[in-house]
Amino acid sequence: MPEITRDEVAHLANLARIDLSDAELDHLAPQLSVILESVASISGVAGDDIPPTSHALPLTNVFREDVVTPSLTPEQALSGAPAVDEQRFSVPRILGEEA
Amino acid sequence: MTMTDTLVGFDDVLASYDPALGLEVHVELNTNTKMFCGCPAVFGGEPNTQVCPTCLGLPGAMPVVNAKAIESAIRIGLALNCEIAEWCRFARKNYFYPDMPKNFQTSQYDEPIAFEGYLDVDVDGEMFRVEIERAHMEEDTGKSLHVGGATGRIHGADHSLVDYNRAGIPLIEIVTKPIQGAGEKAPAVARAYVSQLRDLILALGVSEARMDQGNLRADVNLSLAPKGSGVLGTRTETKNVNSFRSVERAVRYEMQRHAGILDAGGSILQETRHWHEDTGITTSGREKSDAEDYRYFPEPDLVPVAPSRESVEELRGTLPENPLLKRARLQGDWGYTDLEMRDVIAAGVVGLIEETVAAGASPQAARKWWLSELGRRANDAGLDITDLDVTPAQVAAVQALVDSGSLNDKLARQVFDGLLAGEGTPEEIVAARGLAIVSDEGALSAAVDAAIAANPDVADKIRDGKVAAAGALIGAVMKEMRGQADAGRVRELVLEKLS
Repeated sequence: MPEITRDEVAHLANLARIDLSDAELDHLAPQLSVILESVASISGVAGDDIPPTSHALPLTNVFREDVVTPSLTPEQALSGAPAVDEQRFSVPRILGEEA
Repeated sequence: MTMTDTLVGFDDVLASYDPALGLEVHVELNTNTKMFCGCPAVFGGEPNTQVCPTCLGLPGAMPVVNAKAIESAIRIGLALNCEIAEWCRFARKNYFYPDMPKNFQTSQYDEPIAFEGYLDVDVDGEMFRVEIERAHMEEDTGKSLHVGGATGRIHGADHSLVDYNRAGIPLIEIVTKPIQGAGEKAPAVARAYVSQLRDLILALGVSEARMDQGNLRADVNLSLAPKGSGVLGTRTETKNVNSFRSVERAVRYEMQRHAGILDAGGSILQETRHWHEDTGITTSGREKSDAEDYRYFPEPDLVPVAPSRESVEELRGTLPENPLLKRARLQGDWGYTDLEMRDVIAAGVVGLIEETVAAGASPQAARKWWLSELGRRANDAGLDITDLDVTPAQVAAVQALVDSGSLNDKLARQVFDGLLAGEGTPEEIVAARGLAIVSDEGALSAAVDAAIAANPDVADKIRDGKVAAAGALIGAVMKEMRGQADAGRVRELVLEKLS
């Protein structure tokens, strides 16, 4: 039975940049364990003759030719950006004070 | 934040430690379009003009793999003597850094398209086999401008501006196995490997492979282990070392720095280092420990790549001659000494000489023009020699005029002036500038008579048998003829008249 510890949930939250309080961790960690168990029941259904898959369709080699198609205009590309400067996406400071 | 590193003398490093190298080279492919969308993959466009919903990671956009990039990846793998995967997938490498708008990079993780190969490299005339761990496909990231800090660096910046034109351009990352046993040659092996890998990539024609433009980027891993222990020590990874010379220097520097820490009883921190071209040192970058956890998982938007064995064999048939074997063959064909060959390789003119010889010039003449005359001009103009406005066919045409006696070397140089100034073909320049050698015997004879009359004392010496004095008269005639005479014929005439 898969089980996910509170520490693992805290680590994952940190990697995903999700700030969880102790109370939220107490609340969410057991729930995630239940979800993992439910998903794991699929392994019980699949026999040894069924290879694991990462895609819903049994396809391989879906390619496109190396031919240029129109791009967006810079105005379109930047239209959803919270901040724009010099035709570029303006993003907050990347490294924190500790760096 | 910076502190001075203690460096141990290179020989002292070798007395106590064995170095191990690992090289990761990223090659930006020269496909027309990006890895997963049809945006152009060209260099230097205005910011954010080569982007679409797919490479911006907008909701609902679906990536589709570029067939040409797969072909190039397989050809690189085959040229590196790798196995080609029968079935492999892309994976998401998840991280938070704004150079990828998707918050992940589409890469390959445990299923690279090519694996288990090698490249034999020539290190100062000695062969060294570098084992290849894998070559996998991924996409390049966007470019960030850091604003508000000193000299555009990320440290101290208060915000950054991102251009995603480069995000999604196909990259092949080639990773070596740990290279052990190189000893004192470790820096030279690293340099030779990157340089000869570049030759191979160029021969394949899959990338422009210009290090100065970032088409080819090297990360240098280095560790030291106690001499003879056979173990691998803790490594550091020096990022984006952008010239062959810097690869060599970075390895040397890290060897000396690691030894300084280990000698003092310290331990090496596994981390990323930044290479500083100007000062020739590395400084600490972000620590790797936490960042290593990229939570890779198979990319659900892409189906697996399963190259048929027939298609792989077909691609194998398109591989160029191995550059190292080709060099040996060319050296034999051209009759160059080892030193001459090394010089033309170092100058990057092997291909130009090959084409010039194919256009009819002798190998020695081709070498002379490209290596000295044109090499100097490219240097003066600050250009790569391949960007000089003179073609191998033109060099062969100039040499043909020399061979036929229409030009001498001095006049030929003036023809190159004309070629670089865009004055037309070599023949047109000779005509327009009036450069052809005067073969009118009457005019030559008159010029020789005039020189003898003007220099009676020199003439007397020659009459007395001092043939060496003829040089002064030949010089006077050549000057009179503005260089447009065959010096050999002038000499004959002088000696005939004074015998």
